[in-house]
Amino acid sequence: MRTIRFLLEKEFRQIFRNKSILPMIFVMPIIQLLILPLAANYEIKNISIAVVDHDHSSYSQKLISKITASGYFKLAGYNASYNQALKQVEQDKADLILEIPSGFEKNLVREDQQKVFIASNAINGIKANLGTAYLGNIIRNFNSEIRMDWIQPTRFNPMPVVEIASSNWYNPFMNYYFFMVPGILVILVTMIAGYMSALNIVKEKEIGTIEQINVTPIKKYHFILGKLIPFWVLGMVVFTIGMLVSWLIYGIIPLGNIALLYGFLAVYLLAVLGFGLLVSTYSETQQQAMSIAFFFVMIFNLMGGLYTPVDSMPEWARFISKAIPVTYFVDVMRMIVLKGSEFHNITTHLVAILIIAVVLNTWAIINYRKTSS
Amino acid sequence: MKQFFTFVRKEFLHVFRDPKTLLMLFGIPVAQILLFGFALTNEIKNSKIVIVDYAKDVASQQLIEKIRGSAYFELQETLMSHEQIEESFRSGHIKLALVIPANFSDDLAHLNHAQIQVLADASDPNTATALTNYISSIVNDYQSAMIATRQLPLRIIPEIRMLYNPQLKGATNFVPGVMSLVMMLVCVMMTAVSIVREKELGTMEILLVSPFQPILVVISKAIPYLFLSLVNLTTILLLSVFLLELPINGSLFLLYAESTLFILTCLSIGLLISNLTNSQQAAMMFSLMGMLLPTLLFTGFMFPIENMPVPLQVFSNIVPSRWYYIIVKSVMIKGLGLEQIWKETLILFGMLLFFIVLSIKSFKVRLT
Repeated sequence: MRTIRFLLEKEFRQIFRNKSILPMIFVMPIIQLLILPLAANYEIKNISIAVVDHDHSSYSQKLISKITASGYFKLAGYNASYNQALKQVEQDKADLILEIPSGFEKNLVREDQQKVFIASNAINGIKANLGTAYLGNIIRNFNSEIRMDWIQPTRFNPMPVVEIASSNWYNPFMNYYFFMVPGILVILVTMIAGYMSALNIVKEKEIGTIEQINVTPIKKYHFILGKLIPFWVLGMVVFTIGMLVSWLIYGIIPLGNIALLYGFLAVYLLAVLGFGLLVSTYSETQQQAMSIAFFFVMIFNLMGGLYTPVDSMPEWARFISKAIPVTYFVDVMRMIVLKGSEFHNITTHLVAILIIAVVLNTWAIINYRKTSS
Repeated sequence: MKQFFTFVRKEFLHVFRDPKTLLMLFGIPVAQILLFGFALTNEIKNSKIVIVDYAKDVASQQLIEKIRGSAYFELQETLMSHEQIEESFRSGHIKLALVIPANFSDDLAHLNHAQIQVLADASDPNTATALTNYISSIVNDYQSAMIATRQLPLRIIPEIRMLYNPQLKGATNFVPGVMSLVMMLVCVMMTAVSIVREKELGTMEILLVSPFQPILVVISKAIPYLFLSLVNLTTILLLSVFLLELPINGSLFLLYAESTLFILTCLSIGLLISNLTNSQQAAMMFSLMGMLLPTLLFTGFMFPIENMPVPLQVFSNIVPSRWYYIIVKSVMIKGLGLEQIWKETLILFGMLLFFIVLSIKSFKVRLT
């Protein structure tokens, strides 16, 4: 016990001595929590639409004003020709083109049907899909209004209607921050705990101090615990700061049990620290450690369900994301904070993260013995 | 000049002597293009939903069949109470519940008006909106099928064309994005760290006292990374053409020229970071914590920049990868030429000059 205490004292001193790292640990999370949620908003709105109106009739005018009044669309401009509108799309000034052919109103009334053309910049497929769906809806509504104007009898012969009453649980105002902030906090804690532990151990290797420690009567597990405990504490502190920031700035108060959240965090940090330890056993220089850590954190970031839903990925990718600790914590954070989930709701997550923690740490310790003997 | 080439050779040897780092340099972009190109999508599909059918009659079964046929959902069909729905939401088993009331067909047949209830887990607002939209359009189809027997008058038929990406592949958007992201981070970090490392190990002093222009020392360090980045670019392009089946519609030469410009900009940022920091750890934390997330956010391929508050939109202008992303999209996917992207090119060029001047100014010939 005494040995570990001395080691801990040494480690904490080393961390606090470093004037350039410390602010990064504490200030960066705050800044990032302030900025990222504002930016990580992929709600699709403000779709810009370029209009080519060859008809200039009262109907085409009405349709266009209906579109601009809908709140989804921003008029990028009127164009004389399709090619001119296409230029706007090429320059990213418009996402959609609506071309109303000449004779639109006349044909609609005389021939009972008329086409309009929609072209959508589909490089971002989602935006294209949603944009055309919104536009289609507006055109459909406009269409039924015209029909009502022309054909009175439909009122006496109503069509069957299935009305959808939808309600949004847990986040009735659809506040995007509530969704993103807890998830981003997970990534911040992961990055800090993971990188710091990985780099710290490698640094001793690179400078050679690890050899000195190896020749002292300090046991391997003492050394490892001495390395892990400070970063475990650090992770807890960063998480707490993050929770305070999200409460003060975004008004997010966990609906569920906070002790449960911290309990999960405690286990989660073991998994992350195991990851850091494992990275450091495989690398000889800080540069290598950083590259490996960066590679994995990037995958954690993008495949852990923070930004894109895991369910939408192909089967094999879902399999990978199941092996990523971040996936579980992002999920659990959102569950406990937003939905008030309880212990029995998150048991599968807890078991999964425990398994990951045990596997990573065991692997790291076995590998560590091999390389340093 | 001969001296300079000797230095460049030395740096190449440095890089190639370290196979682990080398593997990473190439492994990162390849793995990421593959993972993200194939796995990532903003599309919402395979979402688990539950249908609580109190009606259990022909009309409700027809509707359920229609929903089952959609690729967006993974359907569970059970009779649940509202408490059970809540429990399922809390355990994360389902994203949406559709409740069909007992009198569904009766209402539809006699009143011509029936109501169904959609409960969405809006802790994820995007998924909730998308799923509610999908359900609505399926119900709309169901409705139109019911009235299909009556031919509607005065129909406006929208004819839709999807430009550049008719199959709506996620990769079309993600590949240019990941390209800008990966190239930027790899270039910046690798140069930043490699120079700081000499400082930390003390070899920088030796270089500085040598009869050799200090700035050339730094430039010779950047050259191997320029070379490696171009190789990386080639790998990424080969993968995206042959594996992800993306086209290169524009001029390949232009793509390489613009990429070289971008890589040089990133390298000069790396130089700047290494001038400003004194330890590898600081340089790495700076590049990673300071750059990874902003680059990811402000490149514009995941999060629409036009949604952000104005100060952030302004800020996004100083992120080089944002401009490179526009360039790659324009040249590679849209097939445009230099005359349409000269503005972005000029901006990158301005950034390059700015960072080079700044790093030369901040380059300390004397170490403290």
